[in-house]
Amino acid sequence: MKPRRRRQKFQGTKINPKRFHPSQIRFLLILAPIAAFMLLPLLYIFNHAFKPLEELFYYPPRFLVQNPTLGNFARLFAVTGSSGIPMSRYLFNSIVVTVLVLFFSVVISTLAGYALSKLSFTGKRVMNEINTLALMFVGVAVMIPRYLVIEKLGLIDNFFIHVLPYLAIPVGLFLVKQFIDQIPNELLDAARVDGANELQIYTKIVVPLIRPAIATIVILSFQTVWNSADTSTTYINNDSLKTFAFYMNTLTANTNGVAGQGMAAAASLIMFVPNLIIFIVMQSKVMDTMAHSGIK
Amino acid sequence: MTSSTIAKKKGALKEHQTIAYAFVAPYFLMFSIFIVIPVLAAIGLSFTYFDTVRAPIWIGFDNYVNILTNDDVFMQYVIPNTLKYAIIVGPGGYILSFLLAWMLAQLAPKLRTVLALIIYSPSLTSGVTMAVLWRVIFAGDSSGYLNSLLLQLGLIVEPIVFLQSQSFLLTIMIIVTLWSSMGVGFLAMLAGILNVNQELYEAGYIDGIKNKFQEMIYITVPAIKPQMLFGAVMAIVGTFSSAGIGVALSGSNPTPQYAGQLIVNHIEYYGFNKYEMGYAAALSVILLLVVYWFSRLSFKLFGSKDE
Repeated sequence: MKPRRRRQKFQGTKINPKRFHPSQIRFLLILAPIAAFMLLPLLYIFNHAFKPLEELFYYPPRFLVQNPTLGNFARLFAVTGSSGIPMSRYLFNSIVVTVLVLFFSVVISTLAGYALSKLSFTGKRVMNEINTLALMFVGVAVMIPRYLVIEKLGLIDNFFIHVLPYLAIPVGLFLVKQFIDQIPNELLDAARVDGANELQIYTKIVVPLIRPAIATIVILSFQTVWNSADTSTTYINNDSLKTFAFYMNTLTANTNGVAGQGMAAAASLIMFVPNLIIFIVMQSKVMDTMAHSGIK
Repeated sequence: MTSSTIAKKKGALKEHQTIAYAFVAPYFLMFSIFIVIPVLAAIGLSFTYFDTVRAPIWIGFDNYVNILTNDDVFMQYVIPNTLKYAIIVGPGGYILSFLLAWMLAQLAPKLRTVLALIIYSPSLTSGVTMAVLWRVIFAGDSSGYLNSLLLQLGLIVEPIVFLQSQSFLLTIMIIVTLWSSMGVGFLAMLAGILNVNQELYEAGYIDGIKNKFQEMIYITVPAIKPQMLFGAVMAIVGTFSSAGIGVALSGSNPTPQYAGQLIVNHIEYYGFNKYEMGYAAALSVILLLVVYWFSRLSFKLFGSKDE
């Protein structure tokens, strides 16, 4: 009887279960409060952003909004910076920058990932090792030499400085390369026998197969570039070339008044929601990529 | 095989190489300009005195010697702060994200997806953007949510000026960073745990594993070593990159009484406020070495290649 009992016990403690089982309740009891703690600040932003002025002044402050309005958003859009540049201009800059970064970072990291995974050339092993080493790279550590390099290249106040530094993301290349490693060589060889050249193999076979990895780079890049105010602060002096994240930061840095807090919350929401939507849409693809994320 | 086909093959190989280089070129060009050259420049500048106006003057190891012997702020505040912050946010956050991922993996798919999304979503916000929210929660007068709550509960009589306070700022920074630290590494470990071969567990139980804890230590962790390593590297890098939060919360660099001064703030202060680029570069090099050393340590713990 003993082995059978063991086996039954095992069924109850299975990892990755297909459906709910009472034995899962104990984990739920730990996870639910943690999830609540994680969620609370986000709920707060949502509520604060929709509060009308008088509710922002309530004392003691209330967490939930009672009469939601779009007033904060309206005031946010109406406000123009000290330099007379409307918010829509910053938003437009951010959208252009984000689209450019997403497109080019996907193209260059998938091209490089394909070569580093499937093509043979001298220096390939070294390049892979350098990139693994670069996973440990902490960008903020070298902000000063980076500034000097960018200054030497004459890219200060150039719109493209928003784009260029974000194109090479070691984590992105690493994940793409790991993902391409899973594609069987036979598939590519068969295409080569049929006369396809490397560029055709890349566009017709590799790119369609690595959509999950592409989705992951899109999310990672989006997160970095959409949220980044540093480029505008450090490399851009011309106000009309700055981005929405920067504008957001100047707003939040100068929130002395209670009315400003409502606007800042509305702006935070505009910053956060696109991230969330993109992640929700692509989350299953991301999980697919992450399964191959290990460093061996 | 005739000689002509061999020559053809050689030609094809060469062409193959050219294509491969063309494919990696754009990436490595950007990589060199924005990562490799700045790192090399930091190393070079760290041996100089450079105020951005005059050309750098070679001074050997003076910057490093000064950091270690003459920089009171560095020794008294930056190192203890950075250590405390890094240990709790780094290994602490890492273990927490593994445990959360492990518990999530025990749940049914729908519930798991929802909870994982909630736990991951704070990492989608950028620390600095969210600073406004934290500033309202921790505001130093009775309009702050936390102060108002504590006053109502009768736990305090006077509002606490949390964000300018020497005793609270670092703790708040740690909580805020932990809150937003369940990022890519967390997802990687969750995906890893979900993909562990179920037969391993069955075999483990036949071999005498008795409880969930043993199962985690003897089966799950070894099975997802590569993801554990990826998660560890992400945790280390995340810890040292997220350091702008103290300045964002308190609104000044240096932070009040250096309460939240971390090595990254120290670099920024010397570079952009005092224009001592050589000194700042030496601090950068130290930071990069520390990150590298911790990453190596994780490779020793979880790596399969060089043990």
